[in-house]
Amino acid sequence: MQELLRRNPAARAWALIMPSLVFLLVFFVAPLFIVLIYSFLTRGKYGGVVWQFNPENFQRALDPLYFSTFLRSIYIAVVTTLICLVLGYPLAYWITTRPPGQRNLLMLALMIPFWTNFLIRTYAWLTLLRTNTGLINVSLMSLGVIKKPLPLFANDFAIILGLVYGWLPVMVLPIYAALERLDKSLIEAAQDLYATNRHVFLRVIWPLSLPGVVAGSMLVFIPAIGSFVTPAILGGGKSLMIGNIISNQFLAAHDWPFGSALSTLMMLVMLLGTLIYFRSALREGGGV
Amino acid sequence: MSRSLLFVMLVAVVLVAVACAPPPAPAPAPAQPEQPAAAEQPPAAPEVQPASEIVLYNWSEYIDPEIYTQFKELTGIDVLEDNFSSNEEMLAKLQGGASGYALIVPSDYTVAIMIEEGMLHKLDHDNIPNLVNLSERFRNVPYDPGNVYCVPYQWGTTGIGYDSAVIDAPTSWAAIFEPDPNTPWYGRTTMLDDPRESFAAALTYLGYDINTTDEKQLQEAKEVLIRAKPGLSGYDSDTFEDLVASGENVMAHGWNGDFLVAQEDNENVAYVVPEEGGVVWVDNICIPATATPEQKLAAEMFINYLLEPEVGAQLSEYNYYASPNAAAEEILGEEFLGDPTIYPPPEVLEKLQYIEPVGEMESLYQRLWDEVKSS
Amino acid sequence: MTTETLTATQERARPQPRRLALGSWLLSGYGIVGYLFLYLPIIIVVIFSFNDSRSTAKWAGFTIDWYREMLADRQIILSLWNSLFVAIVSTAISTVMGTLAAMGLERYSFRGKLAVDSILYLPIIIPDIAMAIMLLIFFNVSGIGFEPWRVQFLGNRLAVPYSVIIGHVAFNISFVAVVVRARLANMDRTLEEAAQDLYANTWQTFRRVTLPMLMPGILGGALLAFTLSLDDFVITFFTSGAGFNTLPVRVFGMIKKGVTPKINAVSTLMLLFSLALIFISILLRTRAGDEEETIQFGM
Repeated sequence: MQELLRRNPAARAWALIMPSLVFLLVFFVAPLFIVLIYSFLTRGKYGGVVWQFNPENFQRALDPLYFSTFLRSIYIAVVTTLICLVLGYPLAYWITTRPPGQRNLLMLALMIPFWTNFLIRTYAWLTLLRTNTGLINVSLMSLGVIKKPLPLFANDFAIILGLVYGWLPVMVLPIYAALERLDKSLIEAAQDLYATNRHVFLRVIWPLSLPGVVAGSMLVFIPAIGSFVTPAILGGGKSLMIGNIISNQFLAAHDWPFGSALSTLMMLVMLLGTLIYFRSALREGGGV
Repeated sequence: MSRSLLFVMLVAVVLVAVACAPPPAPAPAPAQPEQPAAAEQPPAAPEVQPASEIVLYNWSEYIDPEIYTQFKELTGIDVLEDNFSSNEEMLAKLQGGASGYALIVPSDYTVAIMIEEGMLHKLDHDNIPNLVNLSERFRNVPYDPGNVYCVPYQWGTTGIGYDSAVIDAPTSWAAIFEPDPNTPWYGRTTMLDDPRESFAAALTYLGYDINTTDEKQLQEAKEVLIRAKPGLSGYDSDTFEDLVASGENVMAHGWNGDFLVAQEDNENVAYVVPEEGGVVWVDNICIPATATPEQKLAAEMFINYLLEPEVGAQLSEYNYYASPNAAAEEILGEEFLGDPTIYPPPEVLEKLQYIEPVGEMESLYQRLWDEVKSS
Repeated sequence: MTTETLTATQERARPQPRRLALGSWLLSGYGIVGYLFLYLPIIIVVIFSFNDSRSTAKWAGFTIDWYREMLADRQIILSLWNSLFVAIVSTAISTVMGTLAAMGLERYSFRGKLAVDSILYLPIIIPDIAMAIMLLIFFNVSGIGFEPWRVQFLGNRLAVPYSVIIGHVAFNISFVAVVVRARLANMDRTLEEAAQDLYANTWQTFRRVTLPMLMPGILGGALLAFTLSLDDFVITFFTSGAGFNTLPVRVFGMIKKGVTPKINAVSTLMLLFSLALIFISILLRTRAGDEEETIQFGM
């Protein structure tokens, strides 16, 4: 056995992967198949399923109402990811410029807000953003900066703000991990060759941090597109994302097969999108 | 940092190893070793002993925890509590196969669903002699005549709460459904984020049955809901009463007891059922079909205890909802019983309707609600 | 490398010290503002936990009543411990498994890699409500069930909610693997090769070279897993058996009856708890001396 592991790299790879793979096959892929099967079944009257083949669930999912909601979710998730990237990259970079001791603290400090409860943090934003009693509007009005309250709540601005807030650390984490490991001698070499700061960044730092950027973007984009609590609370419940529609099938309409079909479609789209994104991003990075 | 974090994880791994070691049998077995005697008893033996610990699946802040302590002193039975935040959540979880609950507290239409789906035990009335304490009206509720499956727990209504310092009582649903930018509540009103409740309001305004399955009426109601949307600051089922109390909003579609609790913060919060009518609802305590005979017996003892006059009064004093318990009402006193917000006068009561299950039409309700939301 | 050395090398390269100083000031300023943004809602939560009113939106005076109420609430305290237990256990398991998987996938190529890759990333892609429901059905259909194991531990009755832990591990493995792989992808392999040239065996190379270099990624992944686990509501709600609650599940139930400062008090307690954890680890570290300084742990 040991001999096999020493000689055969593929065997070594499998040995490393095996625990996760077996676990996920049993506790993830098997349940996943249940969802797949359910998406072709007929709804039970009040939840559950009737074992009767029914392809209609997928036809219903292509309905313009749901399709436009899906596009809207993609739009919000893309904007969220871009903002997280623009805000998160310099933050990650800043952390790498700190002394090692501080870095550790800063990384931890990045996650600590998230050890308090997600719902509580979202409701805390409400305290700030509310139209008439929100702290921001009240302070601005009492200072005389504005006469009418700003529309900070129950719109896309609030939803995106909430999502950016919620997922920014997840963007910073992998970018930091990539930047921190970056070989500083490369930067020096570039500078010795009289590269401008801009060039050093574009030609050296950015390409080398790309794996982190890709991982971070994925970790932000995917939960953002599937989110349903943030849009419900900060959007004032006035608009929908695809996550709301899916969760409503399970939690309100008792239509599990339709919910399963929507989930399946969403997973397919995201899997494809992720693969394409990965390929192109890594190719771009690999070119340097 | 890293070292201690690693240490903590190591401790955790050891903990798990220790914890996992004792039970010799793997996954499916663990429930058995605790009550081997009960499991082995032949079904012929009718002598069932009540379980020593039961779990109540309830809405949060709905029961005075003191009641558990008293019940334990009396019977030695421990009552644990889990919470859900909507009927649908609870139903989805039980439908998915969650077991271990001895008691649940669904609302009226959910009781009807659960009866239809065979998810409830029939109650053994011999174990619940205090049933006689229920008011006549609650001995024969439409969704479960004769309390075969459930015992009413508390009840209330859905109407409009408002800030009486700013506006007069909105006597018609038109206040919400005919939005006018010149009114003080324009853009400062919420509706419940619940398809059945919001459609019920719109259907009531249109003069239709709130449980209609007629697609044309529902489409009409949808148009009314879309028309109301510009005047709303949002759909909210969780904090609507706090928002009226804090002055953020002026008006809210919501449940009476919530507005009463909000009066503690702002005495100007008031509540009215519009003249077209509203929704009446009853929460009930029942026993899910998955409960074991031992759990069922303990659960029935607890239901019986809740029906004691003093305990029923204790319940209402805690959650500000009306009691279905006539014996408890005698203890609650005039001030509580005379509050029209808690106990609507007969002429209002007449105009209230129950939400009933609509079966597969739920999908249509949900779909139209999604259209309202995306408009 | 520190700011000073970076600045020094740049000065050598291009004589523009003033612009650079300004740039690093701006960057630091930005960093501080960034952290303020992250902590703003937390500050609000802490402030309103002392509010003398049921409202979390309008200040009505100072009180510590909510803390009294919270401490008297047996169920909240219990759910707090449950949350920590689940988070620690599932983080430990998923960190080990996720790290191994990341190494296997990043370091080797073999047939079927794409399939393994997809399986590993799917849990991130699936909406948590769908995952929650499917786990619920799976535990039910497979007969595994939800009933927590009740075990005796140091005289206490301890509930081990294996179904919740399994659910958390299932989504955390993927997150750990993603973070660790990002680290691995960038790692300089020459050191490992050098170690092997010096006749270090595989284990020694791993223990002495790979692992320390990988540590920031592993700890980053662990931290992420811990955070996600502590914060998860949907999957916990659907996979927990009767009588087992974590804090988010408890809080979600409480919110239906209105958001009160009692919930803020619980969050503040959590915050204090984590700050205490950090304080202790700083103490431990200063005592451990400089060793870690050279290893440069990521966090």
